Amino acid sequence: MIKTDILIIGAGPTGLFTVFEAGLLKLKCHLIDALPQPGGQCSEIYPKKPIYDIPGFPEILAGDLTQNLLEQGKQFEPGFTLGERAETLEKLEDGTFLVTTNKGTVHNAPVVAIAGGLGSFEPRKPRIENLSHFEDNGVEYIIKDPEIYRDKRVVIAGGGDSALDWSIFLADVASSVTLVHRRNEFRGALDSVEKVRALKYAGKINLITPAEITAIHGNGRVNSLTVKRQEEELQLKTDHFVPLFGLSPKLGPIGNWGLEIEKNAIKVNNALDYQTNIPGVFAIGDVNTYPGKLKLILCGFHEATLMCQAAYKIINPGKKYVLKYTTVSGIDGFDGTRKEAPKAVIQAIG
Amino acid sequence: MKDITINITDREGVTHNLLAPTDMAMNLMELCKSYELPVEGTCGGMAMCASCQCYVLSETSLPEKQDEEEAMLSEAFYVKDNSRLGCQIHLTESLDGLHVELAPEY
Repeated sequence: MIKTDILIIGAGPTGLFTVFEAGLLKLKCHLIDALPQPGGQCSEIYPKKPIYDIPGFPEILAGDLTQNLLEQGKQFEPGFTLGERAETLEKLEDGTFLVTTNKGTVHNAPVVAIAGGLGSFEPRKPRIENLSHFEDNGVEYIIKDPEIYRDKRVVIAGGGDSALDWSIFLADVASSVTLVHRRNEFRGALDSVEKVRALKYAGKINLITPAEITAIHGNGRVNSLTVKRQEEELQLKTDHFVPLFGLSPKLGPIGNWGLEIEKNAIKVNNALDYQTNIPGVFAIGDVNTYPGKLKLILCGFHEATLMCQAAYKIINPGKKYVLKYTTVSGIDGFDGTRKEAPKAVIQAIG
Repeated sequence: MKDITINITDREGVTHNLLAPTDMAMNLMELCKSYELPVEGTCGGMAMCASCQCYVLSETSLPEKQDEEEAMLSEAFYVKDNSRLGCQIHLTESLDGLHVELAPEY
């Protein structure tokens, strides 16, 4: 069981900044995220897009913001449970919470901060009859372990970066790679498109466009697919079918935790500390709602900061807390490092 | 700059006649959200999620699709010939009377 002070659900910018603010109060954080990497939407949807409204940064790429936040919180040694979705919340007799993921990882903390953004990212599934039948039996929506494709036949569908990148990667692993896309054009980094083109001419990627997979066949496991290219229908023998059509967020299991929900967001008390209707459970960032709410990263940072003060009081009942400025007190990392402003030197001239 | 009327048929088949300003640099996705129609606008309007996909029902002439919208629609589901992304349609006076239907959620 993983024990921590503040258990953060969601490793997007708000969740990552919470690590820093909690660290200043000597509170340790652990983050759970359904995605395999931290950053939330910033790394999943728009890592290469510039953001212009982060205070102090006239312009910063979403991916760089994620890296900076990780760097800023590093000395407070956050723990991560990545690639797992927080499934259940249970309050124990001692007042702490148990949060269990879909993979069965159990976390225990006196304070839970939900920084889940728009929810956990779930793969977008194409509309193919009996698709769900073959899930984990030859159909995978996320490539976790490329080795399972070694010397197998793989068909990838999609036209974005992940479809291109995995086709390139698997060209050297699988016995055959077929990439199927609805259009002749791909939306992806220019050099990935170039690489796929080169691999196509080298005979290492079989490219079928403009086309769509319309049916899956097999007895319990995938063994062939029907591909429709304009008016023509092809049968493709394959061991794996990997549809990569991106991910879309769903509020998911959090919706069943007994929290007050309004318009797909968690209602919180914003006059005080962003606590939900369950004492000890807070909601910060895009996942919450209150009168005047703005879904902005900078608002998430503010909410995280106030929430940490309330968490401190729950974790250290009766203890007085005095706000300290990092310019005055510096930062003491949990890893033993210390950062502080250099002392001013007073010297006489002459 | 005058207000225009945009007609939006929701996923229950109800048509809403919405008054839309043309001087606030708004797009169709934002209009739906401001009237609390069930449009998520997950990516915030970057043509990167297709949660604001709609079908254009009127003959209104619309600005041409840019590459980003074209590419997103090529990956989205429930796409028809008259599909557009609401976030890429900026509200201007020439869109008065536009009628769209919200595409299904996925």
